[in-house]
This record gives sequence, C-alpha cells and structure tokens, in this order.
Amino acid sequence: MAATLYGLIARFDSAPEIYHAAEIVRDAGFKNWDCITPFPVHGLDGAMGVKRSNVPKFSILGGITGFTTGMSLIWFTGAFDYKLIVGGKPYFSPLFAFPIAYELTILFTAFATIAGMFILNWLPQHYHPTLKSEQIIRGLDDTFYVVIEARDPKFDLARVKNLLGEAGAKEISELEA
Amino acid sequence: MAHVNQDHVSPAILAEVKPATLARPILVENNRSFNWVTEKICGIIEGKTPTWWWIMFAVCGFLASFTVGNLIYLVTTGVGVWGLANPVNWGWAIVNFVFWIGIGHAGTLISAILCLLRQKWRTSINRAAEAMTIFAVVCAGIFPVFHVGRVWFAVLPGYLFPVPNANGIWPNFRSPLEWDVFAVSTYGTVSVLFWYIGLIPDLAILRDRFFAKGNKIKSAIYGFFAMGWRGSNRHWSNYEMAYLVLAGISTPLVLSVHTIVSFDFAVSLIPGWHTTIFPPYFVAGAIFSGFGMVLTLMLPLRAIFRLEDLITQYHIDCMCKIVLATGTIVGYAYGMEFFIAWYGANPYEGFAFVNRAFGHYAWAYWIMITCNVITPQFFWFKKIRANIGFVWILSIFVNVGMWFERFVITITSLARDYLPSSWGYYSPTAVDIMTYFGTFGIFGVLFLLFIRFLPIMPMAEIKAVMPQADVHGGHNKH
Repeated sequence: MAATLYGLIARFDSAPEIYHAAEIVRDAGFKNWDCITPFPVHGLDGAMGVKRSNVPKFSILGGITGFTTGMSLIWFTGAFDYKLIVGGKPYFSPLFAFPIAYELTILFTAFATIAGMFILNWLPQHYHPTLKSEQIIRGLDDTFYVVIEARDPKFDLARVKNLLGEAGAKEISELEA
Repeated sequence: MAHVNQDHVSPAILAEVKPATLARPILVENNRSFNWVTEKICGIIEGKTPTWWWIMFAVCGFLASFTVGNLIYLVTTGVGVWGLANPVNWGWAIVNFVFWIGIGHAGTLISAILCLLRQKWRTSINRAAEAMTIFAVVCAGIFPVFHVGRVWFAVLPGYLFPVPNANGIWPNFRSPLEWDVFAVSTYGTVSVLFWYIGLIPDLAILRDRFFAKGNKIKSAIYGFFAMGWRGSNRHWSNYEMAYLVLAGISTPLVLSVHTIVSFDFAVSLIPGWHTTIFPPYFVAGAIFSGFGMVLTLMLPLRAIFRLEDLITQYHIDCMCKIVLATGTIVGYAYGMEFFIAWYGANPYEGFAFVNRAFGHYAWAYWIMITCNVITPQFFWFKKIRANIGFVWILSIFVNVGMWFERFVITITSLARDYLPSSWGYYSPTAVDIMTYFGTFGIFGVLFLLFIRFLPIMPMAEIKAVMPQADVHGGHNKH
C-alpha cells in the first residue's frame, strides 16, 4: 500500500524567516498547518494567527476546586465528622483553615494547568508524521519548519509547494502519514 | 500569549527627554549558535562518564549511608537516640528541616519570581537550581517524617496526613505544624511538576539524538518522558501559557512555604519566637541560603563543564547581588529583633535576645552574625564578585551561617525559657550528627544523577533569549 501524503514540510534557517513565512501562510488562508521551532519564537503566535491559549481556564477551575477542597476538608473533619473542642476555639473558622486551603488552591491549580496543557496539545502523542521525518532532529535543535497538512481544504500540492517556495523555504519535502 | 503589535508608536515625550539606550547584557557569550548550545548541553549527557563523577558518586553514596543507617537505628530503637530532652524538645531535626527547605527556595525564586520579573539571566541556571530545590525538599522531608519515630504513623493514621487516628480523631488543623505538612508537600509536588514541564522540550531533543545514533533504549526512555513533544508552535503557545501560570502560582507558593515554616515558631509563645517579623525574615533568609547553595553548586559545574559562555560573569554578578540584598535584609532583621525586644519592654523577650548574644550559645550566635551579616557585604565589590574562587568560599560561609541561624533560633529560646528551674543545655548525639551530614550525601547522589542523565540547562529557554531568536533581527527594541 502506498503511503498516504500527510503534508508538506518546508525548512527555514532563521527566526525572522519563519516569522515571515508564517505570515504568508496565514494570509493564504490555511487552517491545518503548523510551525516547528526549537524554542517558543516571540511573536510567532501572532504571525500564525494562533489565539490566546485556553490553559488558564483549566487553571481557574483547578484553583476553585482546591480552595473548596481545603475549606470543606477542615469543616468536615472538625465541625462535622468528629467535633472536638481545641483550645476553646470554634469548630470551624475560615481563618485557621486558610493556610491549608491556600496551599491546596496552588496544588490543584498546578495539576489543572498541566493537565490543561496536555489536553489542549493532545499529548502524550508518541506517534506523529512529523516525528517520523528525519529532519525533526534539527527542528528541535536550530532549524525551523512549516508543515502544511494535506487535509487542509485549500491544500493543493503544486500550489502549496509554490507558496512555500515564494515564502523563502530552503528545502521542501513530502511527509507521509 | 497575546500578540503584541510590533509597530511601536513612540510617545512624543521621548524626543524631548532623549532616553539613553542601555546596552542589554549578553547572556550567551562569544556569539554562539543555537546548535552550539544543543551540542554543549547534550554533550554532557552523551559523553563518557567522567572519572571524577564516579569518585564523587562513591563519596556521596558513602556519606548517604550515614543517614540511612542512623535512620534505621532510630526506627528500631526509638527517638531517644536523638539528643532531645527537656527543655529542648526541638533540636537538630527541625534545624535541619528548616535549613534544607530554605535551600530549596532559591530554585523556585529563580524559576518563578525571576520569570515573572523577566530576568532573562535566569535561563541558564534555573534547571539546576530547580533540581536543587527538589533534592533539598527530599532531604528536608526526612526529618519531620522520621521525628515521629514510628515512621509508618507519618503516613498511616494520623500524625501528618489528614487521616483519623485509632479513636477516629482527625489531625488538628489549627496547628501550624499541620499547615506545614500541606505547605511542604505542595511545595515538593509543584516543584517537581514545574521542573518536569521545563524538561519536556529538552528530553525530546535527547530522544531524537539518541534515536539518530541508534541507541533505541535510551531514545525510548527519554521519548517516554518527552510525551511526543515535536516543537509545534501551537503546542508552544499552550506550553508557554502553562509555564507562565505555574510561575504565577509558584511565586505565592514559595513565599507561603517559608512563612508557614516560620509560623511553627511564631505562633508559639516562646520568647524569641513569638514575633511578627518572622515570616519576611525567614523568607529572606531562605532565599539568601538558597542562592548561597546555587553558587556553591554552579561555580564548580561551570568550571568542570566549561560553561563560561552560558554562565557569564554577569550571571555571577546577579547572583552575588541577590545574596548581598537578602543577606542585608537578614542582618536588618537581626537588628530589628533586638530593637523590638527592648522596645516591647517584655523582660522575657529582652532576656532571650541578650542571652542569644552573650549566653551559653553565644559562640553559635557570633558564627551566625559573621557568616550572614559580614560575609555578603564583600559582594559590594566588583573585584570580589569576579574572583570566582573567593565567591565560592563566601557561598560556603553563607550556607554555614544559615544553618547556625536556625540553630540559634531553635535552641537558645528553648534552653532558656520562662522557668529557670527547667533551664538546660542541649547537645546533639552522634546519631543526630551523622543523620544530618548524611543528608549532604543524599543530596549529592541525587544531584550527580541529575547532571549525568538530564540536561543541566534548559536549551529551549536559553535559545529563546539569544539575539538570533529575535524575529526582527535584533533591530527592534522592545
């Protein structure tokens, strides 16, 4: 069975080059495409038209859960499950419960943030056509790539090759799925 | 992160005031390429294990066996093997605990607070400093867990974790010691998560490099932990946001951890402990000691692995200045404690401080003052900051001084509290001493494993602050 085409991968050698190439691909109206960079290139999100990340939404949910967990844990243990007078103080008060609720807010936020990052990035994903490319090793080292997927409605092999060539790609090759 | 419009409109005032253009400090010297950074950092892991590594590993392993052996002795015999006795019921165990936890704080300061403050020089030291944090928390955790004697009760019902004991009673959540359990375990967990998130892109590089070299096993191991990272910019976008949020929550976390540690003392009624200055004073001291330890670890690493281009004199200057600033805050706190003891007109409080400086433990007090107040003042001078050997020696003094600070606070107040008939003098036993020194072995073993198997610097982050990373070719100042 012949390998199906996943997309085209084009090499660029510097951060300014990938930045301008990303602007060109964005303006050409592609949706299913990506840039491979060894580090987060400052400003590339805007050049690609990537929207602000949704990770903080996970974080705030985690934070609220953590705070509630802390407060209810202390209320449940001290004022509900086993009422015990300690030092003549109330069974429950948000004041002495605060440090633990605070720590749990942070703990749960951290877990939610990381879970959010993994979910939004669809990781772990140990198999991916880009990873099969022999070039990827340089994509994490010092080289930059644009990958345009074949499933994009605007994808047309000859036209995309042309576009990437005009954008200044040093090398264009096909990726199999 | 939101895209910032690159076409800056200069405010009209700039033409009038003519602001000076300050040269940005160079963070990677000798105009190195991205590839050079990759080769340099990966080369440490891919190269042959150096002989010194095996020697150090053997020495640290031997030292670590002291802790392990003495803890076994403690568990099988009882907590009486430690030098604790009335009136000093808190001895070396809590001193060591606070010491190690404090060491960890510099790592989080570098990775979180300096990230929020956009201090780009943090990039080349943050990985190793975060590793130091985690290993320091491991060493710190040993003491509260083992001080209960029957360690299984530390996890099982109901000394530390919120599980009801045999009578169905829950731990007392009004106690700062219980807050401490949550603070330290959260701190340890979040530090590991933050560290791991930072490692993912670098592990992916190692995965691909080992794969290209045909080492399938190592490639699979690094690849497993790299989670299939492929450098996608859509991933970077979420990744950077997650990193920013983690930095944002680690900042209040690191400040709260040592605050809560100081509550262990401040919430009690012992003279010398019951003061409101404790939280900021402890946090400053923690960062002071932590940076001392960062310098102690990074300067030899820099020399051994020839990392002078990545840890430049500018980095060392910055670290020395933080030691100077926090050390001076600590010195101020020592003075303020005395002032308040006098101004508060409480005879017990006044006695506690006079006793610290001139009583039975005066020797410890003056070691503390020498190491913590005088040592950092050397860092005012550029020539001293440039003398790497001298900086390293001073960093050791900082570590010693901060251990003595915790010793002075804990022991002097307990040995001389309200009731003269119960005054005493505390001395550690051989078991105390060996358990403590052994933790340096544990720390050393963990740190050596780290530098052998993991990238000691975050390659992606370093590349991002290099001039070539600027998409406008370095012409656009923003």
